[in-house]
Amino acid sequence: MIFPVEVSQISKAFQAGEVQVQALDQVSFKLMPGQVTGLIGPDGAGKTTLMRLLCGLLSIDEGEITVLGLDAAKQPESVQSRVSYMPQRFGLYEDLTAQENLDLYADLKGLAVEDRLERYKTLMHLTGLSPFTKRLAGKLSGGMKQKLGLACALVVPPELLLLDEPTVGVDPVSRRELWQIVYNQVEQAGMTVLLSTAYLDEAERCAEVILLHEGKVINHAPPKHFSEPLQGRTWLFESDQLTPRQLQLKLSLLSGVIDALIANQGVRVVSESTEIESILTAVDPAIKLQIKAVQPIFEDAFISLLKKRDDHSVNYSGSHQLSKSVSSAEEVIKVEKLERRFGDFIAVNDVSFSVKRGEIFGLLGANGAGKSTTFRMLCGLLPLSSGQLSVAGVDLRHASDKARQKIGYMAQKFSLYGNLTVIQNLHFYASCYGLFKKRKQEQVEWALEAFELSDYRDSNAKDLPLGYKQRLSFAVALMHEPEILFLDEPTSGVDPLARREFWARTNALAESGVTVLVTTHFMDEANYCDRLIIMASGQVLAQGTPLQLKQLAQKEAQPLPTMEEAFIYLIEQQTDQSA
Amino acid sequence: MTTAGRQRLAGLIRKESLQIMRDPSSIAIAFVLPVVLLFLFGYGVSLDARNIPIGIVVEQPDASTQSLSGSFEKSDYFSPFYFQTIQQAERALEQRDIDGIVWLKNDFARKLFSQPDAVIAVRVNGVNSNQANLTLGYIRGTWLAWITHQAEARGTKLEMPIQLEHRVWFNPAVDSRFFLVPGVVAIIMTLIGTLLTALVVAREWDRGTMEALFVTPLRNHEFIAGKLIPYFVLGITSLFVNFLLAIWLFKVPFEGSLWLLLLTGSLYMLVSLAVGLLISVVAKNQFVAGQIAIITGFLPAFILSGFIFDINSMPAAIQLITHIVPARYFVAILQTLFLAGDIWPVILANTGALLILLAVFSWLVAKKTRKSLE
Repeated sequence: MIFPVEVSQISKAFQAGEVQVQALDQVSFKLMPGQVTGLIGPDGAGKTTLMRLLCGLLSIDEGEITVLGLDAAKQPESVQSRVSYMPQRFGLYEDLTAQENLDLYADLKGLAVEDRLERYKTLMHLTGLSPFTKRLAGKLSGGMKQKLGLACALVVPPELLLLDEPTVGVDPVSRRELWQIVYNQVEQAGMTVLLSTAYLDEAERCAEVILLHEGKVINHAPPKHFSEPLQGRTWLFESDQLTPRQLQLKLSLLSGVIDALIANQGVRVVSESTEIESILTAVDPAIKLQIKAVQPIFEDAFISLLKKRDDHSVNYSGSHQLSKSVSSAEEVIKVEKLERRFGDFIAVNDVSFSVKRGEIFGLLGANGAGKSTTFRMLCGLLPLSSGQLSVAGVDLRHASDKARQKIGYMAQKFSLYGNLTVIQNLHFYASCYGLFKKRKQEQVEWALEAFELSDYRDSNAKDLPLGYKQRLSFAVALMHEPEILFLDEPTSGVDPLARREFWARTNALAESGVTVLVTTHFMDEANYCDRLIIMASGQVLAQGTPLQLKQLAQKEAQPLPTMEEAFIYLIEQQTDQSA
Repeated sequence: MTTAGRQRLAGLIRKESLQIMRDPSSIAIAFVLPVVLLFLFGYGVSLDARNIPIGIVVEQPDASTQSLSGSFEKSDYFSPFYFQTIQQAERALEQRDIDGIVWLKNDFARKLFSQPDAVIAVRVNGVNSNQANLTLGYIRGTWLAWITHQAEARGTKLEMPIQLEHRVWFNPAVDSRFFLVPGVVAIIMTLIGTLLTALVVAREWDRGTMEALFVTPLRNHEFIAGKLIPYFVLGITSLFVNFLLAIWLFKVPFEGSLWLLLLTGSLYMLVSLAVGLLISVVAKNQFVAGQIAIITGFLPAFILSGFIFDINSMPAAIQLITHIVPARYFVAILQTLFLAGDIWPVILANTGALLILLAVFSWLVAKKTRKSLE
């Protein structure tokens, strides 16, 4: 049998400052022809490095890579002629139209002029981009850009297609369409596809999965094989007395529990053994629990394979001592008919909602839905075009420093000083928030300890692993103990392990009375919110509790829809109406 | 080149041309900036002294002092102010209201033809030495012209130890605009070749398009040619625009041949492009590429090319450095072609130097450009 890709014993290290980082360590695998193989792993696992090595863009330190029978290290140009590769930020020329981008790649990949019309027709049909061929690539939505990128990569059907995180930041509808295009090519043209992804549900759509962690292959098997050892160890816990969040907080601290995740109406638990009694005895007998055994999924396997065992020792409850006695009906954030225009473009259109004290309120939507714009107006960073809003009783744009002291803000991009150390960043921001002397010292110490940053205290912030950068940003936003917390895409680009940890902290904060407003494009994260709005092209599509929203999409065929299915349903409803 | 190779190159050139046409900054550098710079150097900056404010102190006015101050007033070089006493004039000089003083003492008329070398005293503000020398020279010139005229009128011959007869070649009007404007052409071509090219290649790295471009059958030399050709055309077009502006708007004479201008211009454009590509190999983001291009390309072309500052009056060490500044050779060629004509020894020597630089930079570009992310 001829394998399209054969990798044997490859290693690759990079020099990052004074530290040598081993990106790949003795990696070996073979790809089966004519199927989709998923490359899965947390950040920094070496996925992108591996992709780049396969198409001869980097040199290997040791080992051998054979791609389509060619030595990738010795004949990179021959490999590059027969492989298509779509990098993480696909290089579309934003000042060229969709058609011009396509033409360029047709020229570069040597598609004969007489074959073009037909190939373009097929690709435009697959991607649904026909109406947009004359539009500049920069003016396409995130999902459309990604589909155009894929069309460019497929303009001449390659024997091997390498896709590096093609679905990151893409809305669920486009994500589903991207997968359809990939499947179509595999079935029609017998293409071999290697696809890396951060979405674990996508792993289950692959024929085989390679799990990478810290540069090593942990496992390489069909996705079902991953979850097999967990058979009989996955459960759904439900309780009428506790909210899912409270229940999750309790369960995640118990020994014998590997993972506890809010899912639908309850908490999904992965236990260490098939024996669940030991866990149950640790729960307060006053709490009545309904327990159902459920089928393990890939995500359960991923977490149980990679989760560090010592995570349990951390108690995420913050330093906050807000009294819960404050009436929880009090509306801390009020937004009415909010609108923001940029020229002709309406970024936010007629958005209204309110958030009560101690709630986690979510703004869910794809990139470009208007979440960040709404956020910036709430934080007083951007003036409104029309409408009204109040945060803690005031419009922050005209508020005093004292009112600002009540809020914490974590920006979407890592906005700390990269060339200051962790401790210097903490000290600087503590001073910015008006903390001095003993109080400053206390809070900095608390941040180092609560966010497990002590090991990195003298590292420059820019050299931190992504998950730690996010922790540091979070710590900075919390140091002055704000009552209201604004989190803008806090989990964007962060791997599932770090995302779980982040939500555990956020839950603990909400339980202590902090009001949290959070934006996300991860549909499953909506389950953590008390209430949320779903946004698309600047408008609110629906508002309610996660359960209420999911029920909107309930059908006979889909008795228990996920948030993603609900989202797709709402988007389709909207398109139907406008059509 | 194979058919597929030609197709790839044509695709790249089409893409690059579309980007140039849609990017206002490329058009601005190639066609708007030349006009701005030509106006600045053509009208704004002048290295000639005109209307120098000078003070004239006349202690005892009579017909001869009136006649002398009249000559100063008639001169284009001066705008005179009158003072009663030398003290007042010196105060004005200190306050920089005037740049020089011509002091006609009370015995001026008496001594005029008996002791001609010591009848007027001159003071000049020497803070700007260049300006001071010019002022001094103009004052002396005006004085000599006047006294010669006076002597002739009286029918006597003026006793002068040495008579200097001078004639200025190639720029008879001694108009600095005539050598600044050709220099501006060199600056613009440096900007297009080095700065613009370094920026657009760095932009491909910045936006991640380079990585996607690499994993296509595209060859190294095709990539280089695909960048060179469009910007070469842009640079040569800009050269013509500059040329026409120079001779029509600024009335700079053009004594040389057009084909030689085109040939040497093309050569210089290639050198600039090679430098630009070399910078983009080293600097993979636009900000750094821009900084390097300005420091190694634009500023030397401005300061070390002999465009404004005379190379021969620089310290020896700096003079050595100017030899690796390509603009130096092109400025010399341009000034020769515009003002003196096809002076072959000058053209050949400078063209030879440019060819050597081109060979060195191209070799470096070919060696350094790799389809690799490392």
